[in-house]
Amino acid sequence: MEINALLMDEKDNVVTCVTEVAAGQDVVYRKGQEFCTVKAEENIPYCHKVALVDLKKGDEVIKYGESLGVMTEDAAKGHWVSHNNLVSVPRDYDSEMVQE
Amino acid sequence: MQFWGYKRKEGRAGIRNHVLILPTCACGSESCRIVASQVRGAVNIVFNTGCSDVAANTAMSQKVLTGFACNPNVYGIVIIGLGCETVPHAKLREKIQAMTSKPVVSFGIQEEGGTLKTIEKAVRAASKMAAEAAMQPKELCDISELMLGIECGGSDATSGIASNPAVGELSDLLVDLGATTMMSESIEWIGGEHLLAKRAATPAIHNQIIQVCKDYEAHLKAAGQDCRAGQPTPGNKAGGLSTLDEKSLGCIRKGGTRPIVEVLEQAVPPTKRGAVVMDTAGYDISSVTSMVAAGCNAVIFTTGRGTCTGNAIVPVLKVTANARTYQHMEDNMDVDLSPIVRGEKTYQEMGAEMLNNIQDICNGKMTKAEAFGFSDIAVDHVCRFV
Repeated sequence: MEINALLMDEKDNVVTCVTEVAAGQDVVYRKGQEFCTVKAEENIPYCHKVALVDLKKGDEVIKYGESLGVMTEDAAKGHWVSHNNLVSVPRDYDSEMVQE
Repeated sequence: MQFWGYKRKEGRAGIRNHVLILPTCACGSESCRIVASQVRGAVNIVFNTGCSDVAANTAMSQKVLTGFACNPNVYGIVIIGLGCETVPHAKLREKIQAMTSKPVVSFGIQEEGGTLKTIEKAVRAASKMAAEAAMQPKELCDISELMLGIECGGSDATSGIASNPAVGELSDLLVDLGATTMMSESIEWIGGEHLLAKRAATPAIHNQIIQVCKDYEAHLKAAGQDCRAGQPTPGNKAGGLSTLDEKSLGCIRKGGTRPIVEVLEQAVPPTKRGAVVMDTAGYDISSVTSMVAAGCNAVIFTTGRGTCTGNAIVPVLKVTANARTYQHMEDNMDVDLSPIVRGEKTYQEMGAEMLNNIQDICNGKMTKAEAFGFSDIAVDHVCRFV
């Protein structure tokens, strides 16, 4: 089975497509040794992300096992996640400091 | 691992042996260009600042100018100034002479009586220096003499997925061999700074990394600006990088996994060996400028969208994991890392393979940007010109 997307961490709720994927085609990625698919509900450009679950406005988008920001609108499973519907949130630097 | 380089009386070995034609300020830049074009073995810097500046900007310009002169790839320096700038040529020459025993000469355009008279003297001086430089034999140097600047620019999603992890692997291998690697662009740590800080060798370094990001955001905010408005760039977004956080999480991987032993202000040489990080802008040209001024003798540069920039003093090796970019911009790309994206090779394998690319450029192989003779620099500014 040929993959056309990469999952960077098992906690991620998006995958990154490494080819263009047309609406209706399967996005195929590997999770460990297992091949997984999700149907693209719209055209996904090369290098762009597709939702693996139904994302609601305000939900965190996770890639590399880390937060990329929050959704500004809903994007159901199989939809395109990009700068158009995802925004960065300010950091809480003080909480990241450690005892010296 | 060893390479054939140029040993210096002070500091690391050079992998090039340039005569550097260095302006004190923008007014000397064009004369420097003409002088370098007359002398084989000479390279020039185009400097757009160096005068009418507040003290903090002058200090930054001086760090860059003296740092370029002290860079191990430089054999000797010919300075051209105007005469009325903040730090005139004789003063810059004395500063450089206090830092290095390399040959340094300097001329002032107002003193000499104009462009042609200055150029004549500078060409004579540079020709003599270049003839001497050509006589310096290469010697066998240990790879620990290498200080590799690690840069990314024109990033897309392939950068974080493949090329940055591969360069991170290369960085780990070099650090294990005793070399120093330097990652910069602190604005592109934001969103991943908590992970970068985990690599800190001490709790103090952990907090320094967080503080750098906090201060950067605060600095921009004080000027009414938001770092998230300029980052990611339109090209990054088209390449699938949605937010600064996504860009940063990919960016920081190019620094590898070894403990971070020092956090540097920009254009300041490290005092420790190993993996170090530098607080610079995310503007790639400016970041490379600061790393070269800090003494990096080579730079590896990952890209997704494709970039063409180079540096006069150090070779800049362009690597991409975007197969389209590699094919479409082959004139500018040195290494194709797209087998990682296709699953044909791992990033660890390709990171190890790049050790050979690095050894080749240390031995003198020209990178594509170097063969074009590119000389891109940008000096970061704290405040507006005055």
